[in-house]
Amino acid sequence: MAKLKLALYWAASCGGCDIATLAIGEKILKLAEAADIVFWPVAMDFKYSDVEKIPDKSIDACLFNGAIRNSEGEYIAQLFRAKSKILIAYGSCSYEGCIPGLANFFNRQMIFDRAYVETQSTDNPEKVYPQSKVQVPEGELEIPDFYNTVKTLAQTVDVDYFVPGCPPEEKTTWLALETLIEGKLPPKGTVISHSVKAVCDECPRIKKERKIKKFYRPYEIIPDPEICLLEQGLLCYGVATRGGCGAPCPQANMPCTGCYGPVEGVADQGAHFLTALASVIDSDDPEEIQKIIHDIVDPAGTFYRYSLPDSLLRRARIK
Amino acid sequence: MSWEPKIVGFLCNWCSYRGADLAGTARMKCSPNVRTIRVMCSGRVEPTFILKAFQLGADGVLVLGCHPGDCHYTEGNYKTLRRMSLLKKVLAQLGIEEERVHLDWVSASEGDHFVSIVNDMTEKVRVLGPFRQNSEEEKHG
Repeated sequence: MAKLKLALYWAASCGGCDIATLAIGEKILKLAEAADIVFWPVAMDFKYSDVEKIPDKSIDACLFNGAIRNSEGEYIAQLFRAKSKILIAYGSCSYEGCIPGLANFFNRQMIFDRAYVETQSTDNPEKVYPQSKVQVPEGELEIPDFYNTVKTLAQTVDVDYFVPGCPPEEKTTWLALETLIEGKLPPKGTVISHSVKAVCDECPRIKKERKIKKFYRPYEIIPDPEICLLEQGLLCYGVATRGGCGAPCPQANMPCTGCYGPVEGVADQGAHFLTALASVIDSDDPEEIQKIIHDIVDPAGTFYRYSLPDSLLRRARIK
Repeated sequence: MSWEPKIVGFLCNWCSYRGADLAGTARMKCSPNVRTIRVMCSGRVEPTFILKAFQLGADGVLVLGCHPGDCHYTEGNYKTLRRMSLLKKVLAQLGIEEERVHLDWVSASEGDHFVSIVNDMTEKVRVLGPFRQNSEEEKHG
């Protein structure tokens, strides 16, 4: 059997997904037996022009991590869509927007003002902003256009599969790679993970449907290691998050933050978590309810930590 | 044609829908801007429904349930109250004006109360204008 041709790319991401790919450990040798890597900017020296030259559909699969933030990411997404038989949104950024997607609470101008003018360590009295094109004696220099709105990969091009996680756990990555190597492809659009149920399903903590009067942030309390974190007042996202990760965070006494995305069939992860959270508040009195939810700092940013661009409204309205 | 506010109204089967029915049979005059969706309980209204309504072009969303203590399912409306309180905070961060989402209680005998809620909300949304989702921000990608 001919070896698979595999490409990996990063758009708006932190680089953690590329490291997560290596977390498969010695299985990387199995991968090397079965596949040739034709493009991987973090590890090998290729140029975009190398990819532009190869015929369409000549790459078997592309693991694309990172959200689409600027014109470069968009162009490369289109390029790899054309050149790859299978395009996989690998990791939360390309699947749902993730942390870079929180920029959708703002727009381009607000982000530029903050980054290039307002930050305490910035000295820019003439308010010089980055320009897409600039004329210098040697000719015209160009950098990618920065967009107002962060998009997911699937909002940019047609995507075949999704691999959740920030970053994906080793076993999830291997499940995706094994699927490719063995050629047992699931239906298009499948989110590749070991579970379609919630993280709670894999979490060993004791749940008693206890209601709560006060929410805490993780630094404020040392939670009991046996009892459900949500029932102790921590914003544990497990109820609204797809499992398959094995619930490592709750087992390390930290609340789940929701990186595996919504459970199967849920359109809006943030709204789903909001619903679950409202159910554990122990009050029927409007004023007391207001007092309890006042402790939730930045609710929208917390509920949509990984999924704002992929949510129903995709971004905040700016007036 | 001039713009008219489009409001999606989720009405609970046991109290509010009957209150609306009463307003109709009693021939009370009422703004025609609310599109009614009957649900078994206001507790059925997931925040997702409200976000979806905005995504599909609603200018406002009205949720009506039984008065606290009167819920046919004992405490569905309390769940709604908690959800809506939390949802309002999220919507504010997403740049959606507070007046575009309204939760209220209407019993089966309160046709007049239903009419005043609908008229009041229609006028508030009319002042805010159409809900345009992100037209300016989407232009650049």
